[in-house]
Amino acid sequence: MMIYLQLFYEFFKIGLFAIGGGLATLPFLQDFADRTGLITRGDIANMIAISESTPGPIGINSATYFGYQLGGVFGGITAVVGLVTPSIIIIVLISKILSKFKGNRYVDSVFYGLRPASTGLIAAAGFGVAEIALIGIDAFRASGLWMDLFRLKHLILAVFLFVLIKKTNRHPVVYIALSAVVGIVFHFAGV
Amino acid sequence: MKELWKLFLTFARIGGLTFGGGYAMLPMLQKEVVEKYGWATEEELMDYYAIGQCTPGIIAINTATFIGYKRKKLAGAIFATYGVVFPSLIIITIIAAFISNFSDLAIVQNAFSGIQVCVCVLILNAVLRLMKKSVIDLPTALIFAAVALLSVFSGLSPIFFVLGAGAVGVILKSLGGKSK
Repeated sequence: MMIYLQLFYEFFKIGLFAIGGGLATLPFLQDFADRTGLITRGDIANMIAISESTPGPIGINSATYFGYQLGGVFGGITAVVGLVTPSIIIIVLISKILSKFKGNRYVDSVFYGLRPASTGLIAAAGFGVAEIALIGIDAFRASGLWMDLFRLKHLILAVFLFVLIKKTNRHPVVYIALSAVVGIVFHFAGV
Repeated sequence: MKELWKLFLTFARIGGLTFGGGYAMLPMLQKEVVEKYGWATEEELMDYYAIGQCTPGIIAINTATFIGYKRKKLAGAIFATYGVVFPSLIIITIIAAFISNFSDLAIVQNAFSGIQVCVCVLILNAVLRLMKKSVIDLPTALIFAAVALLSVFSGLSPIFFVLGAGAVGVILKSLGGKSK
């Protein structure tokens, strides 16, 4: 029973204090690892690897993974419930406040500035993914060859996908499935 | 009740098809929530992302809670939020229980290198769509460029950009109001 209470408490804290994307939860997980010794930093690296190769937002995947490691199926559920509870409370409160001030001149002008900033932050996050997906910094460092800096196969796929999305506008999952197949057929990870 | 299950199932689909963080969820939200069901506008999505980034909790969950609450109040918030986490719970539990070397498998690594390429193209496409609604004049173009560049090169927390941009919005609008 103790472990479930602890899981709920630890992940409730992460949900309450980690601000931003799922990666913002990492420092909290490292602190949890160092403080309790229940999980190791190696476990965290392992979890990130799994999280990056499965669907689902990283923050939720990590709660499920560590919850399961420490308390089985019910542990996974407890950790996820702990993680989402602060969000539900806080966002519901904010939604209530926002709907009260809807149409207020000041709130509208806040959003006028906020929307391009929000778009800019998403663009920056996309750049972060592109850096990993399209640019081969490690290969470049190892070989010193400029041709290794850009991953040609990956770039060709990116350009092809961009044109295809513009022309067809299907559900994103169509392009994701297609890219998975292309990745397997053309050995995108080099293995 | 029917509407609540629709929220749950739609968000379960979105959660199950999201590869990466909350940002990778955006193209799915545009398709399902904006285009297919009209539950929110593109503008509202941007607002949710901006607020979701400077409030506690991870963005994917915060955005689901916002949209669920908008549709069906507290019950909607709970159904949408548990919908978005549901696929992760199932998939990660199965992997943690049965497949110890899942992420070492060559086929998984190759597939996900391909998917990563797709995710950045999808995010680029989502950003271009949002820009049509958010970058509407010179000041908003400058805010967009400044935030995107500073965020990539400075590594400052998104909270600073969101608070700063909100303040700039109020200042610009009140200056503009006086000159008219």
